[in-house]
Order: sequence, then structure tokens, then C-alpha cells
Amino acid sequence: MDNALDVNVRLAMYKQLLRLRLVEDAIARRYSEYEMRCPTHLCTGQEAIPVGVSAHLRTDDLVFSGHRSHGHYLAKGGSLKSMLAELYGRATGCAGGKGGSQHLIDLSCGFMGSAPILASTISVGVGAAWEIAMRGESRVVVVYFGDGATEEGTFHEAMNFASVKRLPVVFVCENNLYSVHSSLDVRQPNRPISALGSAHAMAASHADGNNVETVYRMADEAILRARVGDGPTIMEFTTYRWMEHCGPNGDIELNYRAASELAAWKERDPLTMYREVLIADDLLTPADDMALRRQIDEEVEEAFSFARASAFPCASNLMAHVYPARTRPA
Amino acid sequence: MTRQIRYQDAIREAQAQILAADPRTYIIGLGAPGPTGIFGTTKDLQREFGVDRVFDMPSSENAMTGVALGTSLLGRRPIVVHMRVDFALLSMEPLVNQIAKWHYMYGGHMVAPLTIRMIIGRGWGQGPQHSQSLQAWLAHVPGLKVVMPTTAHDVKGMLIAAVADDAPVIVMEHRWLYGVTGVVPEEMYEVPLDQAAVVRSGKDVTLAATSYMTLESLRAADMLSQIGVEADVIDLRSLTPIDLPTLSASIARTGRIVVSDTGHSLFGVCAEVLALVAESCFSQLKSAPGRVGLPHAPTPTSPALADLYYPRALDIARAAAEMLGAAHRLPPEILGEHKWKDTPDPSFTGPY
Repeated sequence: MDNALDVNVRLAMYKQLLRLRLVEDAIARRYSEYEMRCPTHLCTGQEAIPVGVSAHLRTDDLVFSGHRSHGHYLAKGGSLKSMLAELYGRATGCAGGKGGSQHLIDLSCGFMGSAPILASTISVGVGAAWEIAMRGESRVVVVYFGDGATEEGTFHEAMNFASVKRLPVVFVCENNLYSVHSSLDVRQPNRPISALGSAHAMAASHADGNNVETVYRMADEAILRARVGDGPTIMEFTTYRWMEHCGPNGDIELNYRAASELAAWKERDPLTMYREVLIADDLLTPADDMALRRQIDEEVEEAFSFARASAFPCASNLMAHVYPARTRPA
Repeated sequence: MTRQIRYQDAIREAQAQILAADPRTYIIGLGAPGPTGIFGTTKDLQREFGVDRVFDMPSSENAMTGVALGTSLLGRRPIVVHMRVDFALLSMEPLVNQIAKWHYMYGGHMVAPLTIRMIIGRGWGQGPQHSQSLQAWLAHVPGLKVVMPTTAHDVKGMLIAAVADDAPVIVMEHRWLYGVTGVVPEEMYEVPLDQAAVVRSGKDVTLAATSYMTLESLRAADMLSQIGVEADVIDLRSLTPIDLPTLSASIARTGRIVVSDTGHSLFGVCAEVLALVAESCFSQLKSAPGRVGLPHAPTPTSPALADLYYPRALDIARAAAEMLGAAHRLPPEILGEHKWKDTPDPSFTGPY
């Protein structure tokens, strides 16, 4: 590839890919202990998208997401300890134990929240982008969602408004071909989802979501466009969910998707493919890779220990935050 | 101090003062900057405050509610207006799933200070999809505050308090109150979002009501007075939180209650108020409580059917009089009164 990316960017992206994978693997291993008692949607196999997108984001850029949000949160800089504590329902969790895996938040890094009603955070992200545009700031909003969300009306309403106001928002559609157990072909006609963005008169592109450098290059353009005030973009990335829709296991025995299909996508593992590229380019050795794994394993173990050692919220928290304390207008 | 203006002018004045006082506020609604300005309540506000403060929007109630939430997360304080509560149904997902819970589900890290005006009303052939009164739905959802100001004074003060509040507040405005005048101070002031008002004192029966039904309850109190029954009339004003102490104190005085609401009787505000009363002051009740609301049917359009559908003061008076065994004393000229019930009572012009 001409225009090779900066070495540090490539290594940092590899490390982040590996980190997301190891975190999800660790959650999957421990989930059956029944101590993380919340619906948890793992992003194993889809890591390249948040890694490639987040590589361009500043801390003050904002991210909104849906239910499969661990990768989006971590890649944006969300605290791993706070995320795991949230999954364990602890007071130290990023939402104080009120939200669980489906409501991650870390305002210190611009991760503004995630919510599992498919398209719902799209409009909220557009609203944040509207406010940013009204202030004339150069911040960017990224909204992640899946292919299922594009079937809901509010997606189209939000796209229309973002386009008419030329808002600094990047819509990132992770098309993993399934919504729960329903494949794309029973839900949508045969056309790229990105074409819906074109229909709303915005820049639109469609590419392989398992190649982190492809994602990186496409996101570079879209985020720059938003940052300089040239309006919204939709990027559709085709990818694949390895695990079941919700939970720590595989689900091939349910027979809604073929084992051969999963196997073919595992051949295209974003992590393994990138490792091979970096090794071929002499940027990474198997020994470096092992050292990196050990380092990340340590971080993950420490975060699990923190989460499990944290206290549960006390009873007074049940009714706290239903209504905010009144504040006076400035 | 004694200036009288109409309810709709009080809404407009409140919004103009809110926009002038706080640059974080804006108004958005389909037709908000339009020539009629949502029944006059937003008329000319865009001319006065500019296109950056008063917005029109696409016909996208769902997404635009999420958009307003998104701006509020960055510090703005939007006022969202729905010309009919029926249109607001398209925004139930962001309202109920997102806005109501945003503060709670993220552990208190953010607030969603939206004010959402929903206009309710009845009559004049509005029919099944232009006349609903769905406050009970909204009050059922923790995290939302729901208020129903009755007077011009209260609508101004409650709107100002709603925008100042960090919680999302739904303000339900009854169209039949829009032309009713009341004494409204010119300066900004707040009416608390958690207090009922005792608008008439009596010892025999409590008439508790929401919004426009408060005026019908006052009229019912006049009818009852003609037969020697003195009613305590309570304007509930706020549904969540509901002012149970004021209700309980009234029942301690009267021992009887008739609740009336602009919505359906079953599973509604009337049902909730009577449940709270039964739980908290059962021993003080001298008779079974009563309720006056809409029957469990969609709103018919024909005036002949609407006549059968909408309760009026007489229905409230009759319920209270029956409780006291005094229904037979209601004078024939009251019982025989007949006028179309799909237009406001011409005596309801204020001041209130």
C-alpha cells in the first residue's frame, strides 16, 4: 500500500484491537459465574471499526452508541475499570450501577452514553452536533449503530435533519448482517445501507469493516469533513458478530446462521489479519505480541479485581437521581 | 399588580422573558416561527429573538425530541412545543426511554432539562386524534415531571419554573383555557411544580381537579352552594409530584371527594388520586369517593355524541350531591340546562 500509515499509529491500533479482543474474551469467560448480571452484547470480531474511527478522535469529540458498545467506549478512552464495575453492578461503575453494559458513559473522554433501543441515540448525537455547530466549534460527533437501527424511522429523521443543517456528525453503521437472529435479507432490500445516506444528500461510503486500515482511511476523510464544517457522512462497514446476540456463548446450534459462514468470517479476523500485516512489515514480532498480551492481560485482571472488590451501591441509591437536584439558571 | 391577560398571552410572555433572561434556552416546534405561532403562544418570538433561538423543525417528532435532548446534554434548555398532544405520541420513545431516564441510568452524570409543552383540548369536532388528554401516561413514568396549569398566573409561573428545573418537565395546556384571563404579574416569577392550590374553601366535599376541569369544578361548587353544600375546590396543578398533603388536609375537613380530570376515568389521574386518598385517609372518608372523567371510548367527532362524552360542571355537582344524599335538591333550572358541550362554557372568561 502506498501512503503507508505512521508506524506508531499502526502499532497503537494493533494494541487497541488486541485489547478489545482480550477484554471481550475475559468477560465471556467470567460471565457464566453469574456475577455480571446484565444483558451484555460482545463486539468480538467487530473491533476494527471503533479502533479505526477512534484513532482520529480528540478527547473533546463526542461519541454515542447503542447496545454493542464496549469497543466504542474503550476505543474512545473510556475507563476499563469503570466499565467492568458497571457490568458487575457496583457503585464504582461508570453509571454507578444504574445502567450496566447497555448504558456505558465516561464524560471525561467524551463518551456520552449508549442505549439499546436501536436507533435512539442517533438523534441524540445529532442534537449534540447541532449544538456544536451553533457554537461554531470544531468538535465532531460520532454515532455508532448497527444495520437493524437503519430500519427504524428515527434514523431517517435524524439523517434528514443532520443533512439539512450540515451538522458535524459521522454516522458509523456496523453492518454485521444480523439483528438478533434475523438476517439482513429478510429485513432489507439488496442495496447498500450507505445509499440511504446518499438519498439524504450526504457523503456516503461503504467498505470492509474488518480491515482496520481501511476503516482508518475512510474515517479520516469523514471526520475531517465534519470538523471543517462540510457536513455529515455515513460510513457503512461490513463486519461480523462472532458470539451470540447477547451473552458469552456461540450460537451456531440455533441454526439461524451457517457454521461455514462464521468460519469464513473468522478467517477474516481483523486482529489476526492485522497481526500478519504488521509481522510481514517487520513492525511486530511474535515476542512483541506476547509481551503486549501479557501487558493487556495484567490490565484486564487488575480491572476485574477492582470491579469485584468494589462495593454494591447502598440502598439510598435506589431513589437517587430519579429527579436531579434543582439548579438555578445562570 | 392587577394586570389581567389571557392564558395564551401569559404563555407567550413567559417564553419571551425566558428567552431574554437565559441564552441557553430556545423554542422548537413545528410552526413555532409561523404566522399563527402555535395558537399565538410563540407568535413573533422568532422576529424578536432571532433564528438562533426560535426554531421550526422537520415533521420528525421522534428524532427532534432526541435532537433537543442532545443539545440539552451540552447545556441548552429547550422548550419543545407540540400543537396537539396526539403528535407528541410520535416522540414517546425518546421521551419515555431516553429523556425520563437519562439522569438516572447514567448514574447522575448528566441532566436532561427539557420543557415540553403539549396542548390538549376538547370539542369542536376534534375527534379521536386531536383531543386526547394523556397526562396519566406521562405521569406514570418516573423521571418526568408533569404539570397542568389552569390559570394564566400559573401557566406563566410554571413554565418559568419548568425551564429552570433540571428535570424534564411536561406542561399540559388545555386549549379551552387559552382565552381565559387572569391576574398576571409583568415580572418573571415561579410557581412551584409540586404544589396544589386550594381555589375555593368549603366544609362539605372536596372537588379535586386538573386543568380545565378545575373551572368546571368551580362552577359545580356554585351549583352546590345553591343547595347549601359548600365545596373545597383543589386545583391539582402538578401530577408528578402530586401534592398529597394538600389533598389530605382537605379531606380531613370535608370527608368526601370527587375528582375530575380531562382524561379517561379508568387507569387515569382520577384513579390514582382516589387510590392515594384511600391509602392515606381512608378513615376520614364519610362516603365512597367519586370520579368524573371521560368514558372508555375514543373521542367522537359529532357534536351529538360529544355531548354525551364530555362531562361538565353538572356531572361533578351531581356526583357530590349524591354523596350527600342531596341530589334531589339540585334545582330544576340547573338540571335542565342544555347547551352543546363541545364548546367552552361562555362564563369561563376569567379572571382566574
